[in-house]
Amino acid sequence: MDREGTAGRDDGRGEGRDGPEGPTSSVTLRVNGTVHALRLDNRTTLLDALREHLDLTGAKKGCDHGQCGACTVLVGGRRVNSCLLLAVACDEPVTTVEGLARDGRLHPLQEAFVARDALQCGYCTPGQICSAVALLDEAAAGHPSHVTPPHAARAEGAADLTRDEIRERMSGNLCRCGAYPHIVDAVADAHRETVR
Amino acid sequence: MKPFEHVRAERTERALAAHARHPRAQYLAGGTNLVDLMKLGVLDPPLLVDIGRLPLDTVAETSDGGLGIGATVRNSDLAAHPLVRSRYPVLSQALLSGASPQLRNVATTGGNLLQRTRCPYFQDVSHPCNKREPGTGCPARDGVHRDLAVLGHSAHCVATHPSDMAVALAALDARVRLLGPDGARELPLTDFHRLPGDRPERDTVLRPGELVTEVVLPPPAGTSAYRKARDRASYAFALASVAAVLAVADGRVRHAALAFGGLAHRPWRARAAEEVLRGAPADEETFARAVDAELAAARPLRDNGFKVPLARGLAVRVLTDLAAAS
Ligand SMILES: Cc1cc2nc3c(=O)[nH]c(=O)nc-3n(C[C@H](O)[C@H](O)[C@H](O)COP(=O)(O)OP(=O)(O)OC[C@H]3O[C@@H](n4cnc5c(N)ncnc54)[C@H](O)[C@@H]3O)c2cc1C
Ligand code: SF4
Ligand code: FES
Ligand code: FES
Repeated sequence: MDREGTAGRDDGRGEGRDGPEGPTSSVTLRVNGTVHALRLDNRTTLLDALREHLDLTGAKKGCDHGQCGACTVLVGGRRVNSCLLLAVACDEPVTTVEGLARDGRLHPLQEAFVARDALQCGYCTPGQICSAVALLDEAAAGHPSHVTPPHAARAEGAADLTRDEIRERMSGNLCRCGAYPHIVDAVADAHRETVR
Repeated sequence: MKPFEHVRAERTERALAAHARHPRAQYLAGGTNLVDLMKLGVLDPPLLVDIGRLPLDTVAETSDGGLGIGATVRNSDLAAHPLVRSRYPVLSQALLSGASPQLRNVATTGGNLLQRTRCPYFQDVSHPCNKREPGTGCPARDGVHRDLAVLGHSAHCVATHPSDMAVALAALDARVRLLGPDGARELPLTDFHRLPGDRPERDTVLRPGELVTEVVLPPPAGTSAYRKARDRASYAFALASVAAVLAVADGRVRHAALAFGGLAHRPWRARAAEEVLRGAPADEETFARAVDAELAAARPLRDNGFKVPLARGLAVRVLTDLAAAS
């Protein structure tokens, strides 16, 4: 586990401390491979910690209520809405869109989004891409979705990523520009790329 | 959001002890409902007892062939669990029909059961609301209530319980295990959520400081399925939903359990329908008669009468499909 200074511990002797704004905690966030020791107001969400304290503005604030997916990042490899996750409750490594490229090369999903022109204004894109990265892992692990036929739900192995499956599995990410058809194309391309 | 203290509990007894420090403390599980309501100003707990890392995160077969589901198991993990998918498809389907992948990755069993209503007045502190502020009135009754209750509502509150998972659990005869300052107890899930009556501020029978520790399923009693109607194809709460468990022998219903979501202040177990189904021919005509017997109790509000035929259609369809498959 990457966490060092936990917020108030259950022995009541924790490191929580009252600041002028209200109780704060020392929080250790590991983001894109770098460890950051921060003292944060307990009210700080992971999204605000990333954007306001670590200058990682890739994850976007759309609704701030879990309804749009613009703030999607990976925590412990799982996609989450960072706007509803308190930073003090986050103790696993975080990956944001800034951390997806490897050795100067874009992640296959980033390349697919560019190649397919899967955006207009781009505001939802970092969230779409982080979400899609996790989607491919979930599908490879055989996780079902709402549209997976019941008989397939019993089968072992990777999920069959039809267009309907991709749409359903990306439904936690809204796009006000309606770039959905190209987003589905991009995810399908990246999927073909990874299973090849 | 109001300032609050945050305490991480690593053990169950410690969570209870920490919670006892403040009467308005709240347990924090995934936070997907609690943090949202704190941002809206609907809840302002001075202390959050973080239970996200309690060792209540396992799914395990019980000695009688049932399933024990820990309170902090994430909704996505539960939906994908091989035993849930193979033996309790209704539960997997209900979970996957709710929220989004991102939310399900964080949302827990306990938090899902205890999520609050999506009634728009409850969520907007500029309005009165008996559930949020007892005695202030219920603007939904004569206001915006298209998404709200048609069964079991009262003059004081017409809210619905938003959970899909809980509807499946109701049809599966799940039991809820609780641990509180006065010890452990266990009760049927169908007794856990309340009807509003004149105390709509109380969603459940949970006592102050009590922790949900586990949900226990008996061995599967039949084939099962979940069906949900909503305003868009995905990522929306139920207008109406149905969870059904059916076992057929020699063309007759041997076991039937039916529960509705989106219609009431709690998952609505359809006992009157089950009465009609038991031992009757497993055909569409019986199913329609059974569902009608249940929905005769519906008292739609001005703008939500559409829910009754919607729920009827869903239920008859699910039962017919299950009968055809068995
Ligand atoms: C945009 C959006 C769409 C959604 N759509 C759906 C949907 O379609 N269907 C659906 O069913 N749900 C839906 N949800 C709700 C979601 O399922 C819940 O927010 C989630 O299940 C809550 O779980 P949590 O662990 O995050 O709970 P938290 O937010 O952590 O807790 C919720 C409440 O439960 C209490 N609590 C939590 N665990 C315990 C415990 N073990 N013992 C005692 N008290 C406890 C907390 O104190 C709090 O009061 C949606 C949510 C959002 C934001
Ligand atoms: S229906 Fe219930 S939750 Fe909604 S305004 Fe009325 S009292 Fe409040
Ligand atoms: S900003 Fe988090 S879901 Fe919209
Ligand atoms: S590209 Fe503009 S919101 Fe998606």
